[in-house]
Amino acid sequence: MKSIANIVCVFTAVILLASCTDHTQRQVQYMSDTDMYLSVPYDTYSGNARFKDSMTAQHPVKGTIARGQVPYEYPNTEAGYLAAKDSLRSPLWTKQPGDSVYRISKADMDNGKKMYDIYCISCHGATGDGQGELVKREKFLGIPSYETRDITEGSIYHVIMHGRNLMGSHASQLTHRERWQVVHYVEELRNKLKK
Amino acid sequence: MKIVHPHSKILRLLLSSLTIILLSATQLTAQEVDSLTVVKGKKIFNANCASCHKIDGKLVGPGLRDISERRTKEWLHAWIKDNVALRESGDADAIAIFNEYNGSPMTPFPQLSDEDIDAILLYTSHSDMLKVTAPGGGTEEVVTEKPSTAWMSYVVIAVLLLLALWVYFKSKNEFLKIVTTIALLLIGAYYMYYGLMSVGVDQNYQPIQPIHFSHKIHAGDNKIDCQYCHSSAKHSKTSGIPSANVCMNCHKNIAEVAETTATAEYDKAFYDGEIQRLYDAVGWDPEELQYIEGYEEKPIKWVRIHNLPDFAYFNHSQHVTAGNIACQTCHGPVETYEVMKQFAPLTMGWCIECHKETEVDIANNPYYEKIHEELAKKYGVEKVTVAQLGGQECGKCHY
Repeated sequence: MKSIANIVCVFTAVILLASCTDHTQRQVQYMSDTDMYLSVPYDTYSGNARFKDSMTAQHPVKGTIARGQVPYEYPNTEAGYLAAKDSLRSPLWTKQPGDSVYRISKADMDNGKKMYDIYCISCHGATGDGQGELVKREKFLGIPSYETRDITEGSIYHVIMHGRNLMGSHASQLTHRERWQVVHYVEELRNKLKK
Repeated sequence: MKIVHPHSKILRLLLSSLTIILLSATQLTAQEVDSLTVVKGKKIFNANCASCHKIDGKLVGPGLRDISERRTKEWLHAWIKDNVALRESGDADAIAIFNEYNGSPMTPFPQLSDEDIDAILLYTSHSDMLKVTAPGGGTEEVVTEKPSTAWMSYVVIAVLLLLALWVYFKSKNEFLKIVTTIALLLIGAYYMYYGLMSVGVDQNYQPIQPIHFSHKIHAGDNKIDCQYCHSSAKHSKTSGIPSANVCMNCHKNIAEVAETTATAEYDKAFYDGEIQRLYDAVGWDPEELQYIEGYEEKPIKWVRIHNLPDFAYFNHSQHVTAGNIACQTCHGPVETYEVMKQFAPLTMGWCIECHKETEVDIANNPYYEKIHEELAKKYGVEKVTVAQLGGQECGKCHY
């Protein structure tokens, strides 16, 4: 009789345990503290006691260039903006054999649109008229239409790199090549608006 | 000798009354203000000026409420159309304001007509008339709280337990005891099985984050692309938790939420407080609109939700860029989540199931044309799935 009472108690305990789940906590983990679960190297966003700011993600050491990065030398000043507007040229202009003019390849243009539709469209709108979703919902105002602005490929790149007025820098979200692809797509939108 | 015209008195009376009527008429329009022009002014203001100016309080440039009372109309026209030329002409006011704002130049607007500028000026004086008296609380969503059914299951369990106890201790019927024992064993086995199967599976895990970030507001209502913030998903293994500078791209400008953003559950003050937490982390002064100098930034310690063990390799770019899989396939309808949670179980069976079902788009990929053709022949199918392409081999994820 006693053993039966024991069984009943165990079942009660199991049922009670199973019935209360707190979703703000993880489930019971097994072996999660072993090196099969935890990576031996530091994870991208893990804390790190070795650095002063206790973060694994560090800025590149001064004077070095991270792999895949292209340094940008125009400073974030009005003079830098004007200089970039004047003299900065895109590296994506290519001339195919047998072609007399430099063009932007279709692949670059297509990816430019893809990137624009992710990173710019919310404010600048699908056609570049400054009527993006955030503007329509009056969250973000004063987005000009590309049509009326005096911009060049250099100045567009500069603004993506450093931001201007209320627009922030989008350099951290796009690679060097993607930024130039966006520049050319913006110019295409601008030409369409001007027609 | 003065010749008095016989009609002069009447004429004068008429003229003066006409003047009075005209005057009062102009006064009337002055009071009423052409609301259409104000609306037009608002439109032009929002499109051209609002990126640097607000009506109240400074942004990049000064606040513009009632600017036409502080400057003459001619000066404003000249300044707006080409402030560089005005400054170069030696206008003292123009140079003073330029220096007051640390020499950050205003964009010239030669494309604006005199009419446009007048409309803008009218709007800066009468912006309040366009304020919609918003119904308090905004969208009144009826929150139908699901009545909690938890207590019912507790009652059922209690009744069953009492019944079982009665059977064991009071009843003389041996058959009933055996049946009860079997039933209890089955129930116990059921809970045991699901209890053990959920070890290490964090489906629906919904931790409390250091900042109440609503994916519903950002990705749902405002339709911001997932990759705007999770920008490394397209190139790298991790999808990337946005660094605070990405937040600040918009939140430099957006220091408070609109009345209509507030819900019954979370009010405007709550959301504004959460934005303030972001400012506390990065050291942004929303009054002065600049970063506080020498501020020690405090990293936001987001709580990680999705976590694969180290023995399973997963790469975001492979799925997002090469596979063109929508984020929602694995992460669920995140754009509807007020609080983020884990949608999928992230178990191996769950991965494999998708790999078995998902067909690879082999039509527009000339590079792999030959191998796709051979695979299709090998399996005798027209479409090749991820699993057939090797997505089910152990070494693809475990090495």
